[in-house]
Amino acid sequence: MFKILKKRALNEQVKLLEIEAPLIAKKAEPGQFIILRINEDGERIPLTIADFDRERGTVTIIFQEVGMTTKLLGTLNEGDALLDFVGPLGVASHLEGYKKVAVIGGGLGTAIAYPQAKKLHSLGAEVDSIIGFRNKDLIILEDEVKAVSTNTFVTTDDGSNGCKGFVSDVLKSNIEAGANYDLVIAIGPLIMMKVVCDVTKQYGIKTIVSMNPVMIDGTGMCGGCRVLVGGETKFACVDGPDFDGHLVDFDSAMNRQKMFKSEEAQSSEHKCRIGLGGKCNG
Amino acid sequence: MANMCPTKTPMPEQAPTVRNKNFKEVALGYTPDQAIEEAKRCLNCKNKPCVSGCPVNVKIPDFLAFIAEGEFEKAYLKITETNALPAICGRVCPQENQCEGKCVRGLKGESVAIGRLERFAADYYRENCIAKTNKPTSNGKKVAVIGGGPASLSCAGDLAKKGYSVTIFEAFHTAGGVLMYGIPEFRLPKDIVCKEIDNLRNIGVDIQTNMVIGKILSVDEILESGYDAVFIGTGAGLPKFMGIDGEALNGVYSANEFLTRINLMKAYKFPETDTPVKVGKNVAVIGGGNVAMDAARCAKRLGAENVYIVYRRSEDEMPARNEEIHHAKEEEIVFKTLTNPTRIIGEDGWVKGLECVDMELGEHDASGRRRPVEKKDSQHIIDVQTVIMAIGQSPNPLIKSTTDGLATQPWGGIIADEQTCATSKEGVYAGGDTVTGAATVILAMGAGKKAAAAIDEYIKNK
Repeated sequence: MFKILKKRALNEQVKLLEIEAPLIAKKAEPGQFIILRINEDGERIPLTIADFDRERGTVTIIFQEVGMTTKLLGTLNEGDALLDFVGPLGVASHLEGYKKVAVIGGGLGTAIAYPQAKKLHSLGAEVDSIIGFRNKDLIILEDEVKAVSTNTFVTTDDGSNGCKGFVSDVLKSNIEAGANYDLVIAIGPLIMMKVVCDVTKQYGIKTIVSMNPVMIDGTGMCGGCRVLVGGETKFACVDGPDFDGHLVDFDSAMNRQKMFKSEEAQSSEHKCRIGLGGKCNG
Repeated sequence: MANMCPTKTPMPEQAPTVRNKNFKEVALGYTPDQAIEEAKRCLNCKNKPCVSGCPVNVKIPDFLAFIAEGEFEKAYLKITETNALPAICGRVCPQENQCEGKCVRGLKGESVAIGRLERFAADYYRENCIAKTNKPTSNGKKVAVIGGGPASLSCAGDLAKKGYSVTIFEAFHTAGGVLMYGIPEFRLPKDIVCKEIDNLRNIGVDIQTNMVIGKILSVDEILESGYDAVFIGTGAGLPKFMGIDGEALNGVYSANEFLTRINLMKAYKFPETDTPVKVGKNVAVIGGGNVAMDAARCAKRLGAENVYIVYRRSEDEMPARNEEIHHAKEEEIVFKTLTNPTRIIGEDGWVKGLECVDMELGEHDASGRRRPVEKKDSQHIIDVQTVIMAIGQSPNPLIKSTTDGLATQPWGGIIADEQTCATSKEGVYAGGDTVTGAATVILAMGAGKKAAAAIDEYIKNK
């Protein structure tokens, strides 16, 4: 069992859990993920490692309550435990050797982009963080991101924080203004990553994206997480989750996200009816 | 007096049209009377060809003799002298190519039903006898076993019996490997697998789940942390795809994903369990092995109206066990042999059909089978919404890519000595599918046994 040591709500739907997992904490690197299972009948879900503390032996995960399992996860409290917690999985991000990097986080993607920004900062790179949210109430990790960034741009779709626009707009204007990025890291919804890649393609700037498809084992066994990259089938769990964004077939990835949509609704509805899974606002 | 009936005593089974709607076990097992009757068909011949046909050399005539005498517990104990997992082997071994394939009764009629009797003895013991667990005296030596499938379980069992302190590192949340995630409940009930694994725990084997070796710990770190030897039994888990158009469409699964959802994650109980699986009205399973049969029979049970096995060679070349083919046909699985898929057709991102061509058999190829050749102008489309790829698996590269000094084949298999399972790295042994490529449970168990003997020698002489 893997004990929850700390719980924090980052906004209404996004929660942070710090999990006791010393062996994973010892090996974890930015870009890697874990797979967890809450209970015996539970599904296995992948979540990117948002932070880790090797000394304290903890791994931090940040998740949005979107599906049946994440909603149930959100009902757990400090002192509760997860049945299974496996990792660190996937290939760590290659962050060495860059001078100036734009790190882009869209919504929950900010939680995954943050450890990358932190690592780049510690390696001496100049980091421009561009994080975007639907509205100001959903902004997460602003202070944390600022602490590891040279410049931080926070934008909202509706302008409620005083800065209206998409992350891709900010990126484009930075590039136009002469920010000489040698790398862009974009993490967030598929559509956001796609649009960012469309921008960076024009300028020929290398762009890394982090894919988070449906997964079961996370070790290359099921092939459920396959993504088309440069026309080849890759498994996000063992070949990724980071890929060259200019080669990823985002349309295919967006389609594959729909595979179990109707079952997801059925599962939430079932848990609701039998009084499990906490909130039923999904 | 031997029972000279030329055919096997039939084993009761669920009726095909009943069982293809549930996940309960298909074959119901012999009653004690049926078992005695069948065991009496053994002629107890002198040179015991059956024993040499068994990868772990179970003392077959001896255990059959005990069954014939009604000494079922003794029969079980006789089997377990050489086989750690009889309830499993009795159910999933390809006996027709092994013990039963060599039985002299098979020359004129059917062989003795050795598999069914092995299963009977194991089931009888589990249900009626109190397991004697003599925890062996520790010899103070530690062995790490990576992976929790058949090769690893048999290696761990043999070493534990010799007094080694054995730790199994399993990547999944439960040990068992293909026995848990691959082979369906209706062919191998998971309670039985769990019970066999519990038996290992009872003799002192420590099973650590959620441990992906190569990620959380490396093989070298394991050796440095005080283990005297390591056995790698990580199987062949990496699914192959055909590389045809449309494999990224929704509705296309690897057999691994489809079966793991159903067996390990119990998606057949969804939404009571949380992992879903989706099957269309018509399903095509591509491949002709046991995995293909399992996937097809699962799809049928999940409500598919028409399930097709699509195989590019003829039925004679199918690698699946005879019994699986027979059961699949009984359950109304439609066999489209000499049919090769060329493209998966989609509509709005979902599978809509499988384009195929007809094949005919040509010259013999390197595998000794007649090579299928495409027939001209035979292109046609099968109307399906789900396509399951069951065309084989290759070894997982995780260990290979994180272990220095471990020699591997170009196709990814770990190179290990056939007799000792020793790899190019000192103190590291490997066996099962990770060495041979995808094969059978019993061959993997045989390798695990060989490795256990070699590891014992190695540590003693260290």
